[in-house]
Amino acid sequence: MATQEHSRPQRREGEPEPEPEAPVAPEASARKEALDDDIDTVLDEIDGVLEANAEEFVRGFVQKGGQ
Amino acid sequence: MSVRRVMGIETEYGISVPGDPAANPMILSGHVVNAYASAHGVRSGRASWDYADEAPLRDARGFEISRALADPGQLTDVEDPTLANVVLTNGARLYVDHAHPEYSSPEVTNPRAAVIWDRAGELIMLEAVRRLQNRPGLPGVNLYKNNTDGKGASYGTHENYLMRRETPFADIVRHLVPFFVVRQVITGSGRVGIGQDSRTPGFQLSQRADFFEVEVGLETTLKRPIINTRDEPHAVADLYRRLHVIIGDANHCDVANLLKLGMTSLVLALIEDRAMTKDLTLAKPVATLHQISHDPTLQAKVTLRDGGQMTALELLWEYHDAVAAYLDVRGLGGESDDPHTAEVMRLWGDVLHRLETDPSTCAADLDWVAKQQVLEGYRERDGLDWSDPRLRAVDIQWSDVRPEKGLFRRLADRGRMTMLVDEAAVEAAVTTPPEDTRAWFRGTCLDKWPTQIAAASWDSVIFDVPGRQALQRVPMLEPERGTKAHVGAILDRSPDVITLLRELDAAAG
Repeated sequence: MATQEHSRPQRREGEPEPEPEAPVAPEASARKEALDDDIDTVLDEIDGVLEANAEEFVRGFVQKGGQ
Repeated sequence: MSVRRVMGIETEYGISVPGDPAANPMILSGHVVNAYASAHGVRSGRASWDYADEAPLRDARGFEISRALADPGQLTDVEDPTLANVVLTNGARLYVDHAHPEYSSPEVTNPRAAVIWDRAGELIMLEAVRRLQNRPGLPGVNLYKNNTDGKGASYGTHENYLMRRETPFADIVRHLVPFFVVRQVITGSGRVGIGQDSRTPGFQLSQRADFFEVEVGLETTLKRPIINTRDEPHAVADLYRRLHVIIGDANHCDVANLLKLGMTSLVLALIEDRAMTKDLTLAKPVATLHQISHDPTLQAKVTLRDGGQMTALELLWEYHDAVAAYLDVRGLGGESDDPHTAEVMRLWGDVLHRLETDPSTCAADLDWVAKQQVLEGYRERDGLDWSDPRLRAVDIQWSDVRPEKGLFRRLADRGRMTMLVDEAAVEAAVTTPPEDTRAWFRGTCLDKWPTQIAAASWDSVIFDVPGRQALQRVPMLEPERGTKAHVGAILDRSPDVITLLRELDAAAG
């Protein structure tokens, strides 16, 4: 079935787990750096609009239960 | 079999007045509804709700509980004139439900349309916020498309699916419970805080999971059940049941929202066709629901009643593969067979695969992943603990409907989120109904003759015809009649309601 060929990396009982602590390849670490830069841009953006007094804002968000 | 069926989404929005946590949410919600309705020429006295066919205490298991035994919170069909409740020209219902403004989308026939009319609801709520901001004497009100205040209160985003009445309810329960327990790995909107009142610091996948306490039941406001048994079809009761799903989170991401409706509709189709052969019954569904939500690594194993163990993703693959196999065998899996079904299957497999290999690759597609990425960014950059109010503020403000304040909207406007439907379609859906359900008749009549409609509901429109004593009720118990194809010509050639009613009578023979 076409839908399954590309999709399922089946791990069966007894098969070894994939190596957890493989050394990070250079491309992967570059990708992580780019991702971190990207997140920093997002955080800067959010800093600009996030409620200045977070504690009071959170305390003030009180809802009655609904369905 | 396809993803097509009559469906819709109801969303109760969180409501608050900055600086005034004690403000009365019922009155505020009334202001929200009235602010929108009055600006569009809909008066609460007119086009109000027809409650004749509502039966919130009827139970799908076949009994009805007495009003005396019911918690007052379960009584949703008692008309209170102080509470605003209107039908809109797009076929939706906008009203006050408990202490929240609620937008119930019109009936649609596919997940893509469900996403469009659900997002139209966000624009309607945004407009109400803007109108209240500019009204002297009224406090500014903010609205949030989320499901908890993180302090113990939750409010719902419900899905509705029309099903065949003949399908045994026990089959629905058996096959849907495991699916609902695990689908949150795709549909969860993310939440800061563990436990109903967030007593344990941390992040979890779902807004709603911690508020579910039993497997099956009629309640929606307390002891919430994974499967809600409310049996109020708003349609021919002998033919249809409306499955009222209360376990979902409000989604902002198109992909998550589309998959929520699409996966569920396909699993229901499997159940209706008796094609779900595997028994995936869980040993402890409620505890497992919480466990999965509390594990953003997605590595936790769930235990089936037969003793087998698998991860939530593996369990969701079982449903995916059962649907894929069934479509394949019947030759219905191709793009040309039904593009809506093909789109859902493509995204479902793709998202599962990416969640398995690296969940962060789903940051543009799934609410919980997007939110977690931002929260983890803050934690790393500023060294924040999960109990830090800034993280809880991010969680709440994420869903503010105002594009300048809502964090999801900020990210989306920067092109960081996958948009499956375009903004123009959403804007059009604010005022126009879907063409392929009875919502088309309801919405179009409201648009053409707003002052001559005394009331409307999901399954009726009641006309107040000039010169006639009695109100004229047009029942609409077939959700796929009253479409543009069905009655469009009649509405086109009816200059007034009297002609319309005569033409409808003649057409009915």
